Amino acid sequence: MIDQSTICAIATSPGVGAIATIRLSGENAIEIADRVFQSPAKDKRLAEQKANTLHVGTIREEAEIIDEVVVALFRAPHSFTGEDVVEITCHGAVYIQQRILELLLKSGARMARPGEFTQRAFLNGKMDLSQAEAVADLIASTNAANHKMALKQMRGGFSSEIKKLRDQLLHFIAMVELELDFSEEDVEFADRKQLVELTEKIERLLNSLASSFKLGNVLKNGVPVAIVGETNVGKSTLLNAILNEEKAIVSDIHGTTRDVIEDVVNINGTAFRFFDTAGIRETVDQIETLGIERSYSKLEQADIVLLVTDLSNPIDLIRQRVEMIRKRISDQKLIIVGNKADIGGNEKIKEMLAAFILGENEDMVFISAKKQQNLESLIDLLKENANLQQPEGTDIIVSNLRHYEALNNAHQAVIRVIDGLQNGISGDFLAQDIRECLHFLGEITGEISNDEVLGHIFKNFCIGK
Amino acid sequence: MLPFYDVIVVGGGHAGCEAATAAANLGSKTLLITMDMGKYAQMSCNPAIGGIAKGQIVREIDALGGQTGIVADMSSIQFRMLNRSKGPAMWSPRVQSDRFRFSEYWRNILENTDNLDLWQDAVIHLVIEDGVVKGVQTKIGVEFQSKTVILTNGTFLNGLMHIGQAKMEGGRIGESAAYFISDQLREAGFKTGRLKTGTPVRIDGRSIDFSKLTEQEGDEGHYKFSYFPEVRSKLKKRSCWITYTSPDVHKALEEGFEDSPMYDGTIQSTGPRYCPSIESKLVTFAAKQQHQLFLEPEGETTHEFYLNGFSSSLPWQVQYKALRLIEGFENAKIYRPGYAIEYDYFDPTQLYHTLETKYIKNLYFGGQINGTTGYEEAAAQGIMSGINAHLKAHNKPEFTLGRNEAYIGVLIDDLVTKGVDEPYRMFTSRAEYRILLRQDDADVRLTPKAFQLGLASKERLDLLTEKIKLRDEIIEFVSNFSIKPQFINEVLEAKNTSPLKQGVKLKDIISRPQISIFDVIEPVTPFKKMLQVIPENRYEEIVESAEILIKYSGYIEREKLMAEKFKRLENINIEDKFDYESIHTISTEARQKLTRIKPQTIGQASRISGVNPSDINVLLVMLGR
Repeated sequence: MIDQSTICAIATSPGVGAIATIRLSGENAIEIADRVFQSPAKDKRLAEQKANTLHVGTIREEAEIIDEVVVALFRAPHSFTGEDVVEITCHGAVYIQQRILELLLKSGARMARPGEFTQRAFLNGKMDLSQAEAVADLIASTNAANHKMALKQMRGGFSSEIKKLRDQLLHFIAMVELELDFSEEDVEFADRKQLVELTEKIERLLNSLASSFKLGNVLKNGVPVAIVGETNVGKSTLLNAILNEEKAIVSDIHGTTRDVIEDVVNINGTAFRFFDTAGIRETVDQIETLGIERSYSKLEQADIVLLVTDLSNPIDLIRQRVEMIRKRISDQKLIIVGNKADIGGNEKIKEMLAAFILGENEDMVFISAKKQQNLESLIDLLKENANLQQPEGTDIIVSNLRHYEALNNAHQAVIRVIDGLQNGISGDFLAQDIRECLHFLGEITGEISNDEVLGHIFKNFCIGK
Repeated sequence: MLPFYDVIVVGGGHAGCEAATAAANLGSKTLLITMDMGKYAQMSCNPAIGGIAKGQIVREIDALGGQTGIVADMSSIQFRMLNRSKGPAMWSPRVQSDRFRFSEYWRNILENTDNLDLWQDAVIHLVIEDGVVKGVQTKIGVEFQSKTVILTNGTFLNGLMHIGQAKMEGGRIGESAAYFISDQLREAGFKTGRLKTGTPVRIDGRSIDFSKLTEQEGDEGHYKFSYFPEVRSKLKKRSCWITYTSPDVHKALEEGFEDSPMYDGTIQSTGPRYCPSIESKLVTFAAKQQHQLFLEPEGETTHEFYLNGFSSSLPWQVQYKALRLIEGFENAKIYRPGYAIEYDYFDPTQLYHTLETKYIKNLYFGGQINGTTGYEEAAAQGIMSGINAHLKAHNKPEFTLGRNEAYIGVLIDDLVTKGVDEPYRMFTSRAEYRILLRQDDADVRLTPKAFQLGLASKERLDLLTEKIKLRDEIIEFVSNFSIKPQFINEVLEAKNTSPLKQGVKLKDIISRPQISIFDVIEPVTPFKKMLQVIPENRYEEIVESAEILIKYSGYIEREKLMAEKFKRLENINIEDKFDYESIHTISTEARQKLTRIKPQTIGQASRISGVNPSDINVLLVMLGR
């Protein structure tokens, strides 16, 4: 009854790359591949080859050679989906990818729906739900830590931590329920003090798991860095310089407003998310004021604020700008970047150093973005301040928004339990809060089925994963 | 000569009586057959109705238009609202009944129910044609024909009693058992099992020294089972008494263990863990020096007492000797010793939610035959099987209750989904949404449905409508009425809660845990005046129902949200959607159970033991969810 028809999709990122992989999975995967694949050894058929082998050859439509490819062969059940799987790796041109895909469709495969490969892996017992979810994260991972985190979760590290917690709670609720249903009979129950200790322990763990989300989010989405400063002080030049310096893979993410542009840069395995904000200055123009307010709100979301100043400006003007930003900053790291150091010269640098007393959470660096001078110092500062400290009490990092919400709900429920125990509320209310807590934890581990969750998980995949 | 019936009910216990009156009141031509018409709705075990979770069930039966609540109220010799100090979901009504009157009131109701015929006889055979039940044959040799049959045989199917080494066949002490039907149904493919239950010694009250026991009186107050305000007991109130066993008692009991049918292998069937015999308690809790015992009067005037907590199947001499070592019982005389009874039950996973069997059409099972224990659980299945047999006989759509609607819904869903491996008793913890299944609002939950069916009368619906209207007026009044400190601070200080510095809404005062709504009536004259519109005989009931909604709205609202989530899975129908045997991803056990139980919804499937969440996720994904 499980759909075993053969599905295919391009498994690599859309667009042009050096190479691309097209994945086929299903009961006729190998047969279909044979129809379009030709090995240099004329009689060689994939159907006769061993599992887990690679084969060089060409993909042809009739007599026309579309591309030279490498084919990887996996046989059920030892494949990602648990079915027969063929992966065709071709050259990266979009035209080639499309031609091969069309050819496979003509030869009996059908287009995979979003998440269908993972769904099949799940249905064939190759992974549990939270692992399936982690696959999505793994594929979307943009850096080393994120990758490690998703991989760990895929191997079940995350659910097992939650499961342990949930078992403790189950034991707890069993006692509370017993107490309720046998309140008229002489049964002995657990010590309230122990119950308080247990819930407090659980609360701490939930709390640290939930707060690890911030770190998880950073690992997954990059350390948020806001670049602020007046127009024409060289913000864009600085960003481009950092990108060039690191020769990083850059993806453009257009922010919700046209004023804020985001870029993710991978520096030595740590992702940084830069917001290049609209120039901040005093203005009476209403529209511009709006843009500036948005810049300020981006400031609040940042972990690090790069305040770019133009050293060719008078020191008083610079001081004025710095004070303006300082007022808007709470616990973010502030790095004052003196740009155009090549123009300002050493005199200006000395003036700057004299003009500012740096706070504990502040630093100053002098560069020339245009001439790419001293960028290493700035990058070192960024790395130093990419606050990637693990919250205490757990080595698990929560990175998934759905998990975070469930943990938060569970956390709120356990806090109600603790309050309830302190205020001596009745067991039936305690039980309700514990049950809620169990429910939310169960949603994370998959111990409670929730069709919304399933829909969510399998919808979040791109085709071909 | 004999009429063609819509519904025949076999067995006149708590389930059978509810089934017969429900079907007849709905308009079905109904016949109730029982072996002894002097024994309708016997309280074979303790003379009490209700208790934790069970009391809520009785309120639900009443809200549906059933009789058990009325009969329990009318025969009450003591009423208590258990757990009054806990939250309102735990408040559980319980009565001591005069068990003779209880049976008598029931007989009176049965005799005066239109459409209901009574017959004294034993049913020995079911008439079955092409997998459909067509009637019953009796011991006398009468064949009654009907569209539907409900079996409510209780412990009488192949009943076997034990007192020490003595064995007697029968359904209750002094009453004969019912045979043949079990064999016939087994041949038809039904899976049966054996269960065990027990009952304690009955004592002559004249021989008890009450001065050595602790008295436990009932509550004064408005509480009772029936939502009809005028239904009240006129019987004299009686107390219960508390005493304890001792190491000497335990030693005396243990001396009889070698002759105990429980420990020499005679009784192999499972008894209820939560209602253990005294010998089980000694074995399981060997370290305990004493066990609490309740002495309950069996009626308004009788000297007979029931010793709750001392259930036993030890030889009568052992029971007698041990009893006399208990404080207050030094000179006790007994009417009869405790005994254990083994009986057949039918695996209830062979039933649909309507309680109709899956193997024979138009045949319904209700009560202890399904592996439950307790009068309340039996009566609940009785009324539901009676309703559904009537509906089936008239080709009308079935009537079932959800787990978030009633304990009755939880009960039946548990039975048909999970089956039983020990006698099934209701607990509040079995309900996922306990706070929505309170005893105060069973009428709100169920009476409109029952009225639509035609089982709850117009009078019941009118009472409910009046209650809701007045309740909501109270809530609106206290939500809008501001109270100044000088009017209320005296009350607040007397109740040890902080006085006001400025005026607040009256609702905020009532929401304080230390304050009852009844505390603020006298000091707040406009409120008192407002409440005068409530009929006197419903005053406490209605004011309290408002108070519960005011005080606990946070919990109630959150529980409703959770219940909504739960309903999503309940609404995903999977009946006949899967060939489970072909789904190799799910476990073998899950495959077998899903194939056998044929769950109707994903929600039900998820509650089958052995079906894991991962199996459910597979089904959901396959459904394209």
